[in-house]
Amino acid sequence: MSSGHSDKSEIVFWQGNEVVAEAAIAAGCRFYAGYPITPSSEIAAVMAERLPEVGGTFIQMEDEIAAMGAIIGASLAGKKTFTATSGPGFSLKMENIGYACMAEVPCVVVNVMRGGPSTGLPTALAQADVMQARWGTHGDHPTIALAPAYHREIYLCTIKCFNYAEKYRIPTMLLLDEVLGHLSEGIQVPDPSEYEIFDRVKPSVPPEKYFPYDSSFGDVPPMATYFEGYRFHVTGLNHNRTGFPTTDPEICQQEEMRMIRKVMKDAEQLAEYEEYRMEDAEVAVFSFGSTARGARVAVDEARKQGIKVGLLRAITLWPFPDRKIYELARQVKAFVVPEVNLGQIILEVERASHRDMPIVGVNRVGGVPIPPGEIFNKIKEVARDGR
Amino acid sequence: MAVDYLYYLRADKLPHMWCPGCGVGVVVKSMIGAIDQLGWEKNDTAVVSGIGCTSRAPGYMDMNTLHTTHGRALTFATGVKMAAPDKHVIVISGDGDATAIGGNHFIHACRRNIDMTLIIVNNNIYGMTGGQFSPTTPYGAKAATTPHGNIDPSFDLAQLAIGAGATYVARGSVDNARMVQKYIRDGLAHHGFSVIEVLSNCHTQYGRRNKMSDPITMVDWIASQVVPRNKAEKMSPEELQGKIITGELHRNAERPEYTDEYRKLIERVQAKQAARAGARP
Repeated sequence: MSSGHSDKSEIVFWQGNEVVAEAAIAAGCRFYAGYPITPSSEIAAVMAERLPEVGGTFIQMEDEIAAMGAIIGASLAGKKTFTATSGPGFSLKMENIGYACMAEVPCVVVNVMRGGPSTGLPTALAQADVMQARWGTHGDHPTIALAPAYHREIYLCTIKCFNYAEKYRIPTMLLLDEVLGHLSEGIQVPDPSEYEIFDRVKPSVPPEKYFPYDSSFGDVPPMATYFEGYRFHVTGLNHNRTGFPTTDPEICQQEEMRMIRKVMKDAEQLAEYEEYRMEDAEVAVFSFGSTARGARVAVDEARKQGIKVGLLRAITLWPFPDRKIYELARQVKAFVVPEVNLGQIILEVERASHRDMPIVGVNRVGGVPIPPGEIFNKIKEVARDGR
Repeated sequence: MAVDYLYYLRADKLPHMWCPGCGVGVVVKSMIGAIDQLGWEKNDTAVVSGIGCTSRAPGYMDMNTLHTTHGRALTFATGVKMAAPDKHVIVISGDGDATAIGGNHFIHACRRNIDMTLIIVNNNIYGMTGGQFSPTTPYGAKAATTPHGNIDPSFDLAQLAIGAGATYVARGSVDNARMVQKYIRDGLAHHGFSVIEVLSNCHTQYGRRNKMSDPITMVDWIASQVVPRNKAEKMSPEELQGKIITGELHRNAERPEYTDEYRKLIERVQAKQAARAGARP
């Protein structure tokens, strides 16, 4: 499977799923738990091969829920951990994703999106889990979700997901789609000098002075590791700074607000995007993931015909690039939003624009990529009629 | 020497939230006694639970404690153990938590034979949610969701554990605390996946609906059903009707333990890697 173990300078030819696995190891991940599911299974296969080589642990669990539980447990015991899944598996993970949010346990969940709902189209493309990534688990909670579009970017975003998980003590999400997961592409593996590795902050105080949710150290409290003398308690119930359950309304509100604030106060830095030919654009195409590749082609074609159009490609979906959309809504006269679903992320563009303006979708759900021609036609239409 | 129970407890979390007379106290005390007998360090021990009355136990224990989601304790515990194979991991769970919503995780933890101990406090009912019937509620019994009597057949948890591959299985009952502690101690000491089922009383939710609303009546009812294994061996099938056999029911020291197997796998892979590296010019 893995052609990997690469000499970093050479060009390797990897599937998106292999890129994720190799990048996870580069990020310091030493524990993977998973369950077989298409189209993300290659990630598990590479991890099963590679982890023992670096002294790490791979385990195939009895179901998706179990895999999610195992990576939380292993993270509490000090490992950087992740799991990968798709469609129905992502739904099953939601219970314990919420647990990791509530208990503030770092881990990474990769979702290689496929057609749905239900069993849907196991071997075909969709981008229809973007709202699930944000809101899938019950209750208010913070989310960081990255959606890269190119293999080198998948590598770097995978590492960022581990870094953000460790930095903010949350489960982070990496959203690929079936096309990116299975597409093989030549990449030069990024050199370690090109990225940072962030490890969770451990307590600086002795065990008797340690509280696992002590916000006097900031909105992201230092995290002790099991078996290192701290003997702390972890629960999915609302809890106070000591980690023990409470139903005190004031404390519950304060703690939940801290959980959201720890991410949202950095929302602008986290919300990465790429602008392409946007300088003088009057129409903005907003896209992400594999669809953005086709959107770029469409933008180039439209430019050839003299249409002033550019591409805003979101690399981070959550937190959403609110400010950028707000600003652009005052530069362009229309947005075109292609996505392989029936109109999910377009709702966020509408919300963030704060303006009554033409915002039109290009949507497909049949399991195939949106042809650049369809996006091109919509750009032309919008440029001509403004709708 | 007397056990210093408070040394193992988070005294500031007491009094506990369980009903007066609840059998879970016997189990927690036995667990501490067993840990003390084995000389396990608090720092080296993790106690993991799911959701339910029994699952509140870890909060009172001064160890590395993890109160997880309903039914999922064994999955988190598997992650902890695989990440720290030289540490001790104990899971404590109720009958609904371990064998209804957590049934899949239960049989697969048994199958893997990972070196952890699962203590199931079997009180035949969902206590915390208000007395709904569980997979171990006896036929005909009344529960919040069986007002007309239970028609669901029940699990024999010990037999389920044996069938699924656990390598130490014992059953005790809260009327005999000394034996409960012995089984827990033996289970903890066993190198492999051990399951200790403890028959316990929920007079509040089960007893109240079935004419046993005080703990003494209900523990007497449990005591009237149990038969120690050595005695049961001499009894006829007719005499054993309606009886529950207690004792050490299964032990297998032959099956490989899972973290050992994974350690060997790492060694094999790394040796191959080293040989490959050595073969290169």
